[in-house]
Amino acid sequence: MKYVAEAPRDTYRSAEGLGVWEHRGKVAAIGIGHAPTCRRWDNDPETSVGAISIFALRQAMEDAGVDPADVDGLVIDPVTTTGAYWEKGKPIPQDMLDRWECTDDPLDGLAKNSVAWLLKNMPELTGVKFAMNASGCMSRAITAAAQAMGDGEAHTCLVLKAWHNFEGRYYQGGANAGGSLPGSAALRNLWGAPVCYGTAMQFNEYCRKYGKTHDMMAPFMQNSRRNGLLFPEGYWAQHRPEALTKEDYLASRWIAKPASLFDNDIPIMCSAAYLFTQAERAKDMAQSPVYILNHASCRRPARSMMPTLEEVEDETGRTGKKIYEGAGISADDLSFENMYDGFSLFHQFHLEGLHFRGIGFGEALDFYQTDISIEGPNPVSPSGGNIGAGRSRFWMHTDCIQQIQRRAGARQITGISPDIGVSGGPMPTGGDYTVWGVAAD
Amino acid sequence: MPKQGVAPDELTAPFWAAANEHRLVIQQCCVCERLQHPPASKCGGCRSDDLTWTEMSGKGHIYNYGVVHDGPVRMLHEDQPFNVAIITLDDDPDIQMLSHLPGTPPDEVPVKGAVEVIFEETANGQKVPEWRVIG
Repeated sequence: MKYVAEAPRDTYRSAEGLGVWEHRGKVAAIGIGHAPTCRRWDNDPETSVGAISIFALRQAMEDAGVDPADVDGLVIDPVTTTGAYWEKGKPIPQDMLDRWECTDDPLDGLAKNSVAWLLKNMPELTGVKFAMNASGCMSRAITAAAQAMGDGEAHTCLVLKAWHNFEGRYYQGGANAGGSLPGSAALRNLWGAPVCYGTAMQFNEYCRKYGKTHDMMAPFMQNSRRNGLLFPEGYWAQHRPEALTKEDYLASRWIAKPASLFDNDIPIMCSAAYLFTQAERAKDMAQSPVYILNHASCRRPARSMMPTLEEVEDETGRTGKKIYEGAGISADDLSFENMYDGFSLFHQFHLEGLHFRGIGFGEALDFYQTDISIEGPNPVSPSGGNIGAGRSRFWMHTDCIQQIQRRAGARQITGISPDIGVSGGPMPTGGDYTVWGVAAD
Repeated sequence: MPKQGVAPDELTAPFWAAANEHRLVIQQCCVCERLQHPPASKCGGCRSDDLTWTEMSGKGHIYNYGVVHDGPVRMLHEDQPFNVAIITLDDDPDIQMLSHLPGTPPDEVPVKGAVEVIFEETANGQKVPEWRVIG
């Protein structure tokens, strides 16, 4: 088996002016698998991050109607933390050791994933000849898998991302609970700003520059929760089927003003797997193919402590051009979008960079005041995103595939024909994006 | 507000040593003269590893701010809500630093206002640059 410990940098189409992707339409998504979600691990080996990963992988193969022995590729994001870490020195539960085949790393299947652990515990995957890690999130694993498959590394490939979440509050353990910090970390962390702070700062700048207000986000938030509650695989639909009103949103407590509780996606345990195949094989499978028309990436370091609005807008504009150029389409061809929203306050940056429905910089919050529903002409985040379904950073991809396959159920877009969608993230200045199409050309 | 202590590491030791002497220094490339913060092993502009530390005037302006109501650092919880502002240096407005803006009430921050550096003692005695509103 060829094993790539980390997808090389040149896997990602992060440069400008690369032209149409050389593998446009040659790789297709077919099958989807999701394990049930939960807020935190219940200490049952059957719901560990490894267990839910296996669940999703098997479901994706079954959904595609593919014999596990026919799978010859496996691309995963091995990192599974939501910000929760297995305490150093804490013993591995004996029932985990008894239930699963172990690797040299005792945290495999518990607080991380590995190709070795998955293959040990999925003996039915007898034909894997290519395996690769693409660390970051599902957006990165998808782009790495698509490129590798286009390059001929595999013809039928599983792509996996899973998340674990343990007891304790988000990022409040470890060094944040201690009395001192290493010098490099201290330059940023001494001031105690939560993770959403950087996005909140950019949103502040945005509101000042364009004369917008935080309450203008309410229609987007309501739309996201509504769509999320129509996503049966999602956390809110499974565990907290509560609509979000404008009043709920405006009354929610601040985390780092102007970012409120609801502007942050909720950390959960979840997993998803997709089955990709080369286009010529897709015709014989159980679901209709959704062709990958392009993948594009951005990797822009901040000039100093955090990106300014000017840097964000410059980068999202460049990313939009790369996305369209590689797919051989224009903004007018895009049916719908599922860009990341895990801080709701940056979704508009993605939209504006794409010039979705012709909107320019500073116009997205006004656009949110129009019909952005799945029944309307301009569906925004039909997945409900991570605001509407919990933090996975993969609902957007699942939704693109399901919408184009016409099997999104109650969430199916009806206002337009969902033929070309885009998904990806996470950050506006650092992410990976995929264009999906109903046709290969 | 008592901040966590600091254990200077190889990359940042000159910054922290200067702070203990009430001086603000920023890393600078000896080849292209670009200032950069946070410090790195190479220049983010020309990739040279010939880097030095240059003393700043200690003057800046408030570029932006937020108010932390629910942050991750345990030592700061009892002081919530508090300001976290982004300061840009007058010596180079591309250089940002963070500040609690001591003396400025939460959410009463004069964006674009002038600030000057002061030095605060952290939990282990290491001093850290902070910023005070002057106009």
